[in-house]
Amino acid sequence: GFSLYNGGGMNGTSAMMDFLEEPLPGVGTYEDFNTIDWVREKSRDRDRHREITNRSKESTWALLHSVSDAFSGWLLMLLIGLLAGSLAGLIDISAHWMTDLKEGVCLAGFWFNHEHCCWKSNTTFTDRDKCPEWKSWSQLILGHGEGAFAYILNYLMYVIWALMFSLLAVLLVKGFAPYACGSGIPEIKTILSGFIIRGYLGKWTLVIKTVTLVLAVSSGLSLGKEGPLVHVACCCGNILCHLFTKYRKNEAKRREVLSAAAAAGVSVAFGAPIGGVLFSLEEVSYYFPLKTLWRSFFAALVAAFTLRSINPFGNSRLVLFYVEFHMPWHLLELVPFILLGIFGGLWGAFFIRSNIAWCRRRKTTRLGKYPVLEVIVVTAITAILAFPNEYTRMSTSELISELFNDCGILDSSKLCEYVNDFNSTKGDDLPDRAAGPGVYTAMWQLALALIMKVFITIFTFGMKVPSGLFIPSMAVGAIAGRLLGVAVEQLAFYHHDWAIFSGWCSPGADCITPGLYAMVGAAACLGGVTRMTVSLVVIMFELTGGLEYIVPLMAAAMTSKWVADAIGREGIYDAHIRLNGYPFLEAKEEFSHKTRAMDVMRPRKSDPPLTVITQDTMTVEDVETIVTSTTYSGYPVVVSRASQRLVGFVLRRDLIISIENARKKQDGIVSTSIICFTDYCPPLPPSSPSVLKLRSILDLSPFTVTDETPMEIVVDIFRKLGLRQCLVTHNGKLLGIITKKDVLKHIAQMANQDPDSILFN
Amino acid sequence: LFPQAPRMFTPSSRNSVSPVLLLVLLGCVLCPPAQANKSSEDIRCKCICPPYRNVSGHIYNKNVSQKDCNCLHVVEPMPVPGNDVEAYCLLCECKYEERSTTTIKVIIIIYLSVVGALLLYMAFLVLVDPLIRKPDPYTQPLHNEEDSEDTHSLAAVPTLAGARANTVLERVEGAQQRWKRQVQEQRKTVFDRHKMLS
Repeated sequence: GFSLYNGGGMNGTSAMMDFLEEPLPGVGTYEDFNTIDWVREKSRDRDRHREITNRSKESTWALLHSVSDAFSGWLLMLLIGLLAGSLAGLIDISAHWMTDLKEGVCLAGFWFNHEHCCWKSNTTFTDRDKCPEWKSWSQLILGHGEGAFAYILNYLMYVIWALMFSLLAVLLVKGFAPYACGSGIPEIKTILSGFIIRGYLGKWTLVIKTVTLVLAVSSGLSLGKEGPLVHVACCCGNILCHLFTKYRKNEAKRREVLSAAAAAGVSVAFGAPIGGVLFSLEEVSYYFPLKTLWRSFFAALVAAFTLRSINPFGNSRLVLFYVEFHMPWHLLELVPFILLGIFGGLWGAFFIRSNIAWCRRRKTTRLGKYPVLEVIVVTAITAILAFPNEYTRMSTSELISELFNDCGILDSSKLCEYVNDFNSTKGDDLPDRAAGPGVYTAMWQLALALIMKVFITIFTFGMKVPSGLFIPSMAVGAIAGRLLGVAVEQLAFYHHDWAIFSGWCSPGADCITPGLYAMVGAAACLGGVTRMTVSLVVIMFELTGGLEYIVPLMAAAMTSKWVADAIGREGIYDAHIRLNGYPFLEAKEEFSHKTRAMDVMRPRKSDPPLTVITQDTMTVEDVETIVTSTTYSGYPVVVSRASQRLVGFVLRRDLIISIENARKKQDGIVSTSIICFTDYCPPLPPSSPSVLKLRSILDLSPFTVTDETPMEIVVDIFRKLGLRQCLVTHNGKLLGIITKKDVLKHIAQMANQDPDSILFN
Repeated sequence: LFPQAPRMFTPSSRNSVSPVLLLVLLGCVLCPPAQANKSSEDIRCKCICPPYRNVSGHIYNKNVSQKDCNCLHVVEPMPVPGNDVEAYCLLCECKYEERSTTTIKVIIIIYLSVVGALLLYMAFLVLVDPLIRKPDPYTQPLHNEEDSEDTHSLAAVPTLAGARANTVLERVEGAQQRWKRQVQEQRKTVFDRHKMLS
């Protein structure tokens, strides 16, 4: 056990007056790009907790200390929720304002965006869309907003602002925090499975990610802010962990907090606390104990409440595209919903394949040497193609909001230009009507927008600016859904005497809601790309505020997942993990091959024998030679080379730190001193130098399997316990070692993938 | 293109004063706007009524509370006679809206000042810093970063800087160097070697 790791020999198990009673700074910590030892971290936390509980009986102060220790987790969740909610509010309001800045300014106060600028204007009914306080750039510069020259000027200003924003974003990322680019979710998944990436969740990364996320979203690029918001929330979680000793010193407890922070991040992105917790459980976290479930929910609720009180969109909504209609749907509409599911699955598989191919090209060829130029070129292409079409000119969230909207009497947008017959209207309920010319124009514009978004997102996701992919996928699905919805609506209107419509869709009734089709399409496409299941449905129905649409959403999500899984096994995040070679042991896949531990262990038959350290016969110099001549992250300790009987396992980092410290601080430790890993060292002649006792850094309970153990069980052990390495014995003698990297390479080999693509230690 | 940036905050986990200060500052700045959102011009009930028979469409705004936000309270004077009021009101759409102009103003100004500060900082690094900083012996080891993860990195910098870290300025400079090295490493990992985030 590790009784001496936490604050000295309190339990008094070791009778020796060890020099290393206090753990050295650095012992028990991990190097960058290494995996943590879950078992060791959890046992350290249990020891700490036991110590506090035992001491709490001694004095009132100790009792208070134990109570505050128990409550520190909840206080931390509260702080994380507050900070994540505030940052999300800041991001929302700033992004809203800067997006509108590309088109014009508000004369009543430059900090207002278009919607807020027009809030105060007293307009008549016929002019309710006009707004004199809001001036477009051509109106400001030329004095008038009509004409070809004004259009060209607006176009130019739009492109220039877009380029400025994205250039600033990529320069800030490159200059201050290179880890702030990309989505962040693949790396956070890897971190939560036990990997260490120093600086990825640091203060500078947080500041730069927040600032550049707003810039990237405002520049009109086809990206969203949900993935980066998860990264921002996890950074908040990591930074706030430093305030509490319990979480600062223990990597396993810290990862519990990060799981909860990820839930808070999704919760503020979608206004969906339950969906956030389920997303954290399903997509992001590796180990999710039940205690974390309750705390994540608390953090997500606090974050959502904080965002609500900042009120970024007015009307106390949390997300721009909150849906408020509750029209019923008919069972026969499941057919188009399933069609949308199939579309979503096909698009998801297509997107993953092409995006990974493009990212691989960026990684391996000369394209990757010009990140700033790449961002500028993609922004220029996006802005130039987006301006002429009004549906791509508006921000993607606004587009989704408009597509989800059910047309009422007072909607004056092009999409709602139906042929109205006011005499037959009963109150607010509009029947299915024939499409006016506005609707037809909107349809082909939307089709063009769909094609553009499908292709440009492939090149945008993965660039060196913060980029998320929830919003672009939902936009693609919403456009496809709305197109299908309007088509079905017109079909029902013009052919209401067909058998399939006559039963339930009489003329004058409002049977088809294209807004619902848009929503189902959005869910299908998002499910096809990310392969989310429960969390997707819960997020979507929290967005709509009701359970009426659960069945269509589930039908579409399931269909899209099945279709996409039939084409390619991995979701986008797992595909990026594999592309980058992160050492992530997939927890959802079954290992179904019949190999055994001896096939995977090192050393192989042709390699030199296993590098071991003996328990009390090696000198400091011998050990230093071993450490410098090999690069293994740990060494087994045996009784003697002849017997090869296992004593324990010692980590490289701990060995280096202890030896260096002993050479400096302890008297009499020289190169010929014997290192002793046991409690009772063998007596030496008095002329020999003093013994270096390193019992405290030895792990006395390493996990072992026999060489005949099937690899299925070995992979299961690695997954369930979070091991870094596992020793292999034969007839009780140490034979070899299996590390997590070996397991990953073996899985890759069995799946006919390239085993050398697993990077990192 | 980018020389290393000087440090703003000390990285040591024991000295967690400055990140806490930053968070407290952020909290203080963001909390008041959240409460100061009840200025009277920011609340309204907006009723849009379409054309009805021979009455033209009209928009009515009134500052009432949420429970009074319906057609009967807001539409004044009522353009149709008493028996038509119900039919007219069914067509009208009333929404309660509130916003906080103070919050918006404060947040936009905070954001612009952060961006401005970062831009100034970047300009300082690129233009001014190389001129005022003497060539540093500490920057030489940067080229050996490849193999410094192991035995030497643990002992290298702290002992070299340990003898001189007495005044505040010296400590800040030491922290700056460490942060510069961190950003340089990150940049190499992401942009040059494409080991992460590709």
